Amino acid sequence: MSTLDSTREFFRRDQVWPFLAPEQAAVNVDNQMILYVEDLNLSFDGFKALNNLNLYINDGELRCLIGANGAGKTTLMDVITGKTQCDSGTVFFGQNHNLLDKDEAEIAQLGIGRKFQKPTVFEEQTVFDNLELSLKTDKRVLPTLFSRLTPTQIDRIDEVLKTIGLAKHRFMLAGALSHGQKQWLEIGMLLAADPRLLLIDEPVAGMTAQETERTAELLTSLAGERTVIVVEHDMEFVRSIARTVTVLHQGSVLAEGTMDQIQSNKDVIEVYLGEEAAGEEAAQTEAGATA
Amino acid sequence: MTRLTAWFSEGRSTGKHTLPFVVILLSVTILASAANLLLPADSIFYVSTYTITLLGKYLCYAMLALAVDIIWGYCGILSLGHGAFFALGGYAMGMYLMRQIGDRGVYGNPLLPDFMVFLDWKELPWFWLGMDQFWFAMLMAVLVPGLLAFVFGWLAFRSRVTGVYLSIMTQALTYALLLAFFRNEMGFGGNNGLTDFKEILGFSLQADSTRVALFLITAILLAVIFVVSQKILSSRLGKVVLAIRDSESRSRFIGYRTDRYKVWLFVYSAVIAGIAGALYVPQVGIINPGEFSPINSIEMVIWVAVGGRGTLIGAVIGALLVNYAKTRFTAIMPDAWLFALGAMFVLVTLYLPKGLMGLYGQLKAKRNTVTNKESQA
Repeated sequence: MSTLDSTREFFRRDQVWPFLAPEQAAVNVDNQMILYVEDLNLSFDGFKALNNLNLYINDGELRCLIGANGAGKTTLMDVITGKTQCDSGTVFFGQNHNLLDKDEAEIAQLGIGRKFQKPTVFEEQTVFDNLELSLKTDKRVLPTLFSRLTPTQIDRIDEVLKTIGLAKHRFMLAGALSHGQKQWLEIGMLLAADPRLLLIDEPVAGMTAQETERTAELLTSLAGERTVIVVEHDMEFVRSIARTVTVLHQGSVLAEGTMDQIQSNKDVIEVYLGEEAAGEEAAQTEAGATA
Repeated sequence: MTRLTAWFSEGRSTGKHTLPFVVILLSVTILASAANLLLPADSIFYVSTYTITLLGKYLCYAMLALAVDIIWGYCGILSLGHGAFFALGGYAMGMYLMRQIGDRGVYGNPLLPDFMVFLDWKELPWFWLGMDQFWFAMLMAVLVPGLLAFVFGWLAFRSRVTGVYLSIMTQALTYALLLAFFRNEMGFGGNNGLTDFKEILGFSLQADSTRVALFLITAILLAVIFVVSQKILSSRLGKVVLAIRDSESRSRFIGYRTDRYKVWLFVYSAVIAGIAGALYVPQVGIINPGEFSPINSIEMVIWVAVGGRGTLIGAVIGALLVNYAKTRFTAIMPDAWLFALGAMFVLVTLYLPKGLMGLYGQLKAKRNTVTNKESQA
């Protein structure tokens, strides 16, 4: 590139220099697409956890990811949320945010919330405090030190408490909640942050049938306004909430479609549902035995 | 909603111990000082200058324990090297006091401290420049520990070193400084450290009034630091700090840069330790590399464990009690003290995981269940 060209490039009038650009531009979803995952590869010591994985999520969609253990579901979430670095590939949030060069905190502030497999809440603090910490606020050190709860924020917390059904337990220590309530609190913490995209890992693990039903209701009510990706093993649950299901197998997408399409898909039956059906039976007899 | 807000702001002020603590601390200090200065030496209420100095020393330790507790009890970072920050603050004060000696040293050199004359140095090393100014020395007492903590914390927390690895690194840090300060070439008096101080800001360090003043200043600063720390830890930042202690990855995934919080809390803690060191040196009259020894840093952790980590008041009580016990014990059975300390640590870890402050809670809970049973019966 000649000096003239590079000077021109440097003084381009249609864009500002990177350091002048606003730090958090709004997520661009002009193509109705909120998450683009392309050609993602990741291997741990030769084991290919993610293998040329491509996944596109529409804005406002509720998507279920299923797959046997080791299919790469949780690893995919780790890469999206910045916990794990991938070997190659791209992950874009909207059209303008490359998630691969951001850290966990930055990604969270962009509006991607994540619920872990095991419920993780701040056990030594009250339910209210847990939600207060998750609010969408300036999360740098000094603003946090001088921040005060505004009435709007209290209303927001109340609203979330109502949504997750913990309004009565607001001043209870989070550690004293039951397992299912902790799961809900964690979902509530995501909601308090007002995210665009929710990644939810096994929301109904260890929940009673009744709790599972309410969780399904909650998740379906969230879709539309927000985009939700759910990883779940419980096929019954997936069937009750999913419109589109993506099946992962050995680190790449095996099939994608409605639940009925998936269930009649040969490959899927071969590698996953067959196992799952067997596993489910075993789980049911087990559950029967404990009951 | 306004009622909720009120309820909440009540619930938020966790410092129910703050006011009683400050009142007790300051009134005891003032009474002891008055008893020393105003009463004749043969009065039964007379407090000797030795006791005053001893109390002042304890209060410095209490401040140090507060620093350790802030980082360990609230943020879960077990630092086994806080002695380093304490000693660095102490050295800054020591250098000032050294320069104050002027030409009254053994060798009578107006510029160089005695040990430099002894080593046949011709001019003052660059890092001793400006230390004859009190404000500059005090600035250094805060700045040097703070800067060291910043660099160390930035490197360690950004690379996500946690748990026992971090503890070992802090231990190595203080040990490395111990070895460095032992060297004569470092220019800090080597093995002997800095001592033989004469006066501070023109007041003789031997005078009763100076000692009482130092004691009072220590108490006031301890109270101020206590209140400020309480305020910080009960703000939303304090909640984030607890959140980091209990689940760091969760805090990260809701958008907090946990490494920055840890760095700044670490720096804050180191600055408190530096202030404690700077107050300690004029009262005990010496600072030497022994203060860097890893054992000292471990002892601080024990104070906090005994008092109850995660409560500021617990750290203060722990430091006062253990050091009082140390003073008595080393007078009666000097050899047995380390065994007693070890035994105390084991017992506290086994039976009082929350320290003495936790004991109070345990007893209350027990009494409550007993009364509940009675009322049911």
